[in-house]
Amino acid sequence: MEKAYKKYFWLFVLPTLIAFTLFFVIPFLMGIVLSFCKFTTVTNAHFVGLSNYIKAFSNKDFLNALWFTTKFTVVAVLTVNVFAFILAYALTRGIKGTNLFRTTFFMPNLIGGIVLGYIWQLIINGVLAKFGVTITADPKYGFWGMVILMNWQLIGYMMIIYIAGIQNIPTELVEAAKIDGASKLQALFKVTIPMVMSSITICLFLTLTNSFKLFDQNYALTAGGPAKKTSMLALDIYSTFYGRNGWEGVGQAKAVIFFVLVGILALTQLYFTRRKEVES
Amino acid sequence: MKMKKVLSVVLAAAMVAGLAVGCGGSKKSAESDKGSVYYLNFKPEVAEVWENIAAKYTEETGVEVKVKTAASNQYEQTLKSEIAKSEAPTLFQINGPTGYNAWKDYCADLSDSEIYGMLLDQDLAIKDGDGVYGIPYLEEGYGIIYNQEIMDKYFALDGAKAASMDEINSFDKLKEVSEDMTAKKDQLGIEGVFASTSFAPGEDWRWQTHLMNLPIHYEYEDADVTDEDEISFKYSDNFKNIFDLYLNNSCTEPSMVGSKSVDDSMSEFALGKVAMVQNGNWAWGQISQVDGNVVTEDHIKFLPIYTGMDDEESQGICIGTENYFSVNSEASEADQKASLDFVKWVFSSEEGKKMVTNDLGFITPFNTFSEEESPADPLAKEVIRYMSDKDLSSVSWDFQTFPSQTFKDNYGAALLQYATGSEKWDQVVEDTVADWKAEKEMAAE
Repeated sequence: MEKAYKKYFWLFVLPTLIAFTLFFVIPFLMGIVLSFCKFTTVTNAHFVGLSNYIKAFSNKDFLNALWFTTKFTVVAVLTVNVFAFILAYALTRGIKGTNLFRTTFFMPNLIGGIVLGYIWQLIINGVLAKFGVTITADPKYGFWGMVILMNWQLIGYMMIIYIAGIQNIPTELVEAAKIDGASKLQALFKVTIPMVMSSITICLFLTLTNSFKLFDQNYALTAGGPAKKTSMLALDIYSTFYGRNGWEGVGQAKAVIFFVLVGILALTQLYFTRRKEVES
Repeated sequence: MKMKKVLSVVLAAAMVAGLAVGCGGSKKSAESDKGSVYYLNFKPEVAEVWENIAAKYTEETGVEVKVKTAASNQYEQTLKSEIAKSEAPTLFQINGPTGYNAWKDYCADLSDSEIYGMLLDQDLAIKDGDGVYGIPYLEEGYGIIYNQEIMDKYFALDGAKAASMDEINSFDKLKEVSEDMTAKKDQLGIEGVFASTSFAPGEDWRWQTHLMNLPIHYEYEDADVTDEDEISFKYSDNFKNIFDLYLNNSCTEPSMVGSKSVDDSMSEFALGKVAMVQNGNWAWGQISQVDGNVVTEDHIKFLPIYTGMDDEESQGICIGTENYFSVNSEASEADQKASLDFVKWVFSSEEGKKMVTNDLGFITPFNTFSEEESPADPLAKEVIRYMSDKDLSSVSWDFQTFPSQTFKDNYGAALLQYATGSEKWDQVVEDTVADWKAEKEMAAE
């Protein structure tokens, strides 16, 4: 059997490999090449060296977007994970209606980002109308609007992962702790959390990258308003690419920088949380 | 064991085959010497009409015409990806000199084409040196659309500041009347004089592009130029005049304009909640389709946008175009010729002209159309009325020379900040002047 798998390995891998190469590897490499070019369409590019990168770094919109994205990511990652964990913890206590709650909390995750953005724009504008303002009146409304939206969307998904983690903890560990006289809080911090460290790794990774790469929700909720102050990195790349003739290459350069940033961030986080994982 | 092996091979083969089918299958029918046309249409509201025209043309000449329509506000994005394909559009459109700058590598010289010869005013075409690269194919106009019914009701009131629309021929008069109407809005049964000054994301083009056209137009006129690398924005106060008037006499509080879309404004007008709204002749379709529309065809008219300039009694509405046909220079000779023949047929054959006036509703700039061959839509008629009025001079669409989309977006954002009171007007003016210069420089690089 083992041998058969090895023999036909390439056959099974081939379809995915072709798709991956065609739709990911090739565009990705082209993207890197294009970031050194000035172009209107991908077929009439000509080389301009590093000038796109220089423009990207001297562009204050980009730096503002970077700072805004960082702030947003920190807040979103913390809130999403804390709330998701609390929910997961509560819903593994065997309360009545647990399944209904789990389903309901998970549901927002099934709706696309653009739709969510527009729905929340209506809701938030509806609430703010009581105070005679709109979401684009002040960047802080947009910021917290996005944090709320992101929480609403991601908590359910992360909750499911935490629930799986909590359910995987061997009951004898919890019981042993109880017998040894550990309080509920002690059991939580000394047994449960260390035991779900692998879930925490995954959830942190997912929330971190999702928040950092956020585009749809940002585009639909505020479109960067007021005056680009709530524009995140992905949206800034988009508006650079389409906002000015001849700046497509700069948008592309920003995208490459963006890729490197997300990569560094995600790998560092993985490295640090992995070290905390324990074997049961 | 053997069975499993066979099965796995079959399954894998099926997957690969599926993939291959998915990727192929779009083989083009044998290239004929007639060439074929691929038109990337800009106006989603007439997408079906263009498809009918294409079908009709194919039926008559046997030349294949493919029409694809870009989603609203997505033309540049769609064109960027379509034109990089091996089967690229042969006929597309650019939106003026700025658009030409972006697409000049793809625009064929049309100076020898018949369609260029058909233009009433050849100066309207996009030219570069001796070449002609964009042919305008329709004319549009915008101004302040008003509901005659509500105005008549106002004129009949005691102490009305004017007796008829003819008296409103300057900003001062417009201001006097609108402010009086606002004071008497309960008597008139309206919520405000002007529809919401829409500033939801992406809904601010009526101000940052269309309204901004007026001060820039006059600034160009004073300097006797058609484009400038730097502006002084010397008519900024005129812009502020009308912009303040819109904000302060509207059905929506200035602080709330950030949540309003153009659709909101148009339906407020259609439902008779307001008397006036700034927009162009393309808006009739939108107004007439609103559920519960109370604005009848004979009561919808245009008023020029007065801003308090000297001698503005002779100012007409803003008339121009941002729709220019260009032929893809990268396409084969046969396809290029087929595209030009198609365009010529649409705008000069009996059959084509009928569909242009009746179905597309275009006011065309070609000499092949007689006076009777003009659209029946009430706002288009108004545009024609203003065009043919010799005492009025229309304002041209100089916003085509605005530096970039980013400039317009920044300006729109600044206007919103001003409207909600978080930025002073002087700051807006200062930033806009600086931004114009910066964006022009960046675009020139």
